[in-house]
Amino acid sequence: MLLLLAAAVVALVATPVVFIVTELLAQPDGSVWQAFWRPRTQTLTLNTIALVVTVTTGTLLIGLPTAYLIARTDLAWRRGWQVLTALPLAVPSYVAGFAWVSLTPVRGFWGSVIVITLVSSPYVTLPVTAALLRADTDAEAVARTLGAGPLRAFWSATLPQIAPAAGAGALLVALYTLGEFGAVAIMRFPALTWSIQTAFGGTFNRSLALVLCLILVALALVVVVLERAVRRRDTGHGRVRVDEAAARARLGPGGQLLAAGALTGLCFAAIGVPVVTMTIRAVQSVAERELEAARLAEAAATTVLLGLGGAVLAALLALPIGILSARHRARTVGALETATYLGHGLPGIVLGLSMVYLALLLLPSLYQTLWVLVLAYGILFVPKAAGSVRTAVGQVPLELEDVARSLGRSPVRVWTAVTARLAWPGIAAGALLVALTVMKELPATLLLRPTGTDTLATRLWQLTDIAAYGAAAPYAIVLVVIASVPAFLLSRRLGTS
Amino acid sequence: MRAVRFSRVATAVLAAAALSLTACSGDGDTPDEDEAAADDTPSADAGADSESTDDGTDEDAEAGAGADEGPLVIYSGRSEDLVDPLIEAFEEASGLETEVRYAGSAEQAQLLLTEGDNSPAHVFFSQEVGALGLVGDAGMLVDLPAETLSAVPETYVADDGNWVGITGRARVVVYDSEQVSEGEAPDTAEAILDPQWAGEVGVAPGNASFLAFVTALRITEGEDGAAQWLETLAGNGVQTYERNGDILEAVNNGEVKLGLINHYYWFAAAAEQGSDMRAQLKFGASGDVAGLVNATGVGILTGGEGRSDAQAFIDYLLSEEGQTYFVEETYEYPLVPGITGPEGVPPLESLGGPDIDLSDLGTVDVSAGLVDAAGISVG
Repeated sequence: MLLLLAAAVVALVATPVVFIVTELLAQPDGSVWQAFWRPRTQTLTLNTIALVVTVTTGTLLIGLPTAYLIARTDLAWRRGWQVLTALPLAVPSYVAGFAWVSLTPVRGFWGSVIVITLVSSPYVTLPVTAALLRADTDAEAVARTLGAGPLRAFWSATLPQIAPAAGAGALLVALYTLGEFGAVAIMRFPALTWSIQTAFGGTFNRSLALVLCLILVALALVVVVLERAVRRRDTGHGRVRVDEAAARARLGPGGQLLAAGALTGLCFAAIGVPVVTMTIRAVQSVAERELEAARLAEAAATTVLLGLGGAVLAALLALPIGILSARHRARTVGALETATYLGHGLPGIVLGLSMVYLALLLLPSLYQTLWVLVLAYGILFVPKAAGSVRTAVGQVPLELEDVARSLGRSPVRVWTAVTARLAWPGIAAGALLVALTVMKELPATLLLRPTGTDTLATRLWQLTDIAAYGAAAPYAIVLVVIASVPAFLLSRRLGTS
Repeated sequence: MRAVRFSRVATAVLAAAALSLTACSGDGDTPDEDEAAADDTPSADAGADSESTDDGTDEDAEAGAGADEGPLVIYSGRSEDLVDPLIEAFEEASGLETEVRYAGSAEQAQLLLTEGDNSPAHVFFSQEVGALGLVGDAGMLVDLPAETLSAVPETYVADDGNWVGITGRARVVVYDSEQVSEGEAPDTAEAILDPQWAGEVGVAPGNASFLAFVTALRITEGEDGAAQWLETLAGNGVQTYERNGDILEAVNNGEVKLGLINHYYWFAAAAEQGSDMRAQLKFGASGDVAGLVNATGVGILTGGEGRSDAQAFIDYLLSEEGQTYFVEETYEYPLVPGITGPEGVPPLESLGGPDIDLSDLGTVDVSAGLVDAAGISVG
């Protein structure tokens, strides 16, 4: 039953891939091979691989130490840092990219790496902080008493425990980077997504666009397989926490200062730079535009509504596959889970077009309504929620479910009384991640939104398109502020004691 | 414990959202109407369309009667802030109702192709003619009446008569006035290749206007000549950007000395940043392809076939009011003869000298191939 449900959801989620293949088959034969074999395609693919590897490494290099500082040291103002280091998630990459180009000379590969790493590092920081807070510190203590140094003890005792969380975060970062378009376009780095946009838009070479999309799907497959390999080393569920005050490392005054300095720098680069730039642009503008207060408020309300709607739907859709992959290691489940992620590395324009295709196929009468937009978000962002659901359900001790079952509860009652109750915060975290993504989403929203409806992101795009940066700035700032709410909730959910 | 606290926060957020939802539907009358309209139109149209696929000929005859059901649905590749006032003026003048969907021209074209027969759109108003050509090639544009086509010079209409140009946009060289004098700035395609500009020229290789310029080069210089030009440009270390606006920003920051853009971007930026811009424009020399004039255009989609409001909209764009609006608000060239062009730009007649039929610009994929082969393109 659950398997059937999961299969149905995965079929929906895989729409972008189906769309690409269907369209490819409709292309003239020769054009596809030609597009595939041109030398430029190889360069683009290598560029994208280099970007994904570097950004993923970068987010791990930022995320792991940040999480360690927050979860395992006596760093001052830990709660504050926990919230602040999650906030970069609220900054859309196109806003961050614009800010960095305006203020600094960084461009190209490293410019893209900096911007994408900064805005996506919380994908690693958040789950790893949570894992560290939960992790069993006894093993590390034992390793120390056996004579291992602190690093070695961490490496052999704690790292295996946080590897699945780090892997899940890195998976989201890698898939996000594969499909990222806003930052690479502003930074002028020739990645696959930029070429896909150009092939769809400027040169109208649909065959080329679709071939490049297929390469992205293949790369997504590699990323997912790698992540599953990391996760397979996960040893069990429901760990015991020991008194954590004893486990916190003391930083000392110098260490405190150094850590605070590093985190301040990180937060300024990720949040300060974009907000400052947009404010400067707003102040500098000489165009005498009135602030479109009513329109801004309406766009903000639409954005919030869509974010919530998309989040709830995506979390619901992610339940079957998340539960299955937490509880079963059967090959079919693995295949379904992998299929969930395949389309997630595609750029927004392709996701949007595939949802247009799906909506017209299944629900033509609802086309270009808010309903279809919410449905599309729900379908597109299941992968964002699936990991959280899986982790949350996986942490519910099987013994508790067994006890409930032995007391004569039906499977559904067991789920509602035990599993759902315990797993709910984790599932909600997945939903929050989706809400954030929906609020910042642009290309698919432009294609699917009801005629005459704005979100903050679409209006922001319209205004920057005509160089009205002054008028655009309030939209960017309100977007960052609103998206900060789910980011804030996400970070608070982890809790510290 | 933690779970409970979190659920309380979430409930508060949901409640707030519910409040804002009710607030929206309570006082925001316009969005509600918009939504209702959006709800109705596609279904009504989907019905009409499925009929038309069943018995196309009957449908044509019926449609010929000119009964317009629902508001006129316009897919606009032109930006909302530029054309919305004009559309409002059209509604007021004609008493007709419109519903306009805004996105980039290329995105609209891809959207139309994906929607196919199910598209709710009646009219496609595009920023550039390549996107119209693409939709036309897919058989989604209907023929326009002869009097519409003859309103503008023949250069600016489709060969097969399914779109008409509305305004012109000149290709220009934008230069950094702090590093380059007006006299030094090149005004011919040949001069742009001068070694002194090595590493200092910005182009947007995937941009439709740049590709149109390359097609024009192919027409005037031949395939080999155009390929040669692109290779020299690449050899000079040309800098690539995504959009015209990005190039203008780069020149205005002194990042590159020269850029190839469309003229009206500069006017939009000057309106935003003040007219003492660091970046300045150099128009193409008379008769040189550097001053190619591209067009914005409009066509009626098969879904809008026979609608009198669709034709009325095109007539309005070609009317004196419509044309003057673009001259005054966006500094674009009017294409209808006898209407005065914008101030501060050289007259249309002195530009785009090479006699190029914009319909020929349809072979954009060949041009893109040349750009690609020269190693410039990102696409």
